[in-house]
Amino acid sequence: MSLLGTFDLGTSGLVANSLRLNLIASNVANAETAVSADGQPYRARHVVLQSEARAGRVGQGVKVARIVESTAEPRLEYRPGHPLANTQGYITMPNVNPAEQMVDMVSASRAYQFNIEMMNTTKQLMLKTLDLGK
Amino acid sequence: MNTVPQFDSLKFGEAALKLRSLRHELLSSNLVNADTPNYKARDIDFQSVLMQRLSGQSSTTSVSLDRTHQGHIQMTSSVQSPKQMFRVGVQPSLDGNTVDPDIERGNFVKNAFFTEAALSFLGSTLRTRLSAITGQPS
Repeated sequence: MSLLGTFDLGTSGLVANSLRLNLIASNVANAETAVSADGQPYRARHVVLQSEARAGRVGQGVKVARIVESTAEPRLEYRPGHPLANTQGYITMPNVNPAEQMVDMVSASRAYQFNIEMMNTTKQLMLKTLDLGK
Repeated sequence: MNTVPQFDSLKFGEAALKLRSLRHELLSSNLVNADTPNYKARDIDFQSVLMQRLSGQSSTTSVSLDRTHQGHIQMTSSVQSPKQMFRVGVQPSLDGNTVDPDIERGNFVKNAFFTEAALSFLGSTLRTRLSAITGQPS
């Protein structure tokens, strides 16, 4: 039944977008982290979304195909005297772009809201269907 | 003279509801994939598909089971799959996605409203018939 299938689609959207929000939170939190767990400066992470066809169904869900690290150039900050500074006095900072993260966050939270709204509408329709003929 | 085709209201209600819920799923799929690169928004032409279904000429694809032994019973079943079309994007995006959330949302709400309408029409048809059977006003 198509209405029930909509719940699966909505759930896949919620899962994918909450992972996306999680990564954005990680990026923003580590925007100033000069040394991450592997000893290198932190690199921004992004999700790669992919649509997911289901056998015998018209709708396609969404899934996170993989998580990639941004290949943007790291930011150089002039801080002579810092223990990590190179001979010119620069330290390598993460390549997190705060403006980009904000835009991505708005997009992800809107998508999350859409999914919830969609599932609510579907729920109302299913309840109406149960009342059919009463 | 242009006449409105007459259908049994139960049959009409059933076909309309089935198609409405199918379109509901398609539009949800578009909304869910609003940020998926290269996803193309899809929809059906509701009116023509409904007319096709009511006149009994719906497009079906037959699905059959593989038989690995001659004693197996041949089973075929058909899946009704209306023709899906791609929506023409108003503002194309760089990642090849053609979903416009505003358009999809408008269609989604409209489709949900018409589903409710179809449900209430079908419900009142059922009540009318029930009161004809029992002889009691519903």
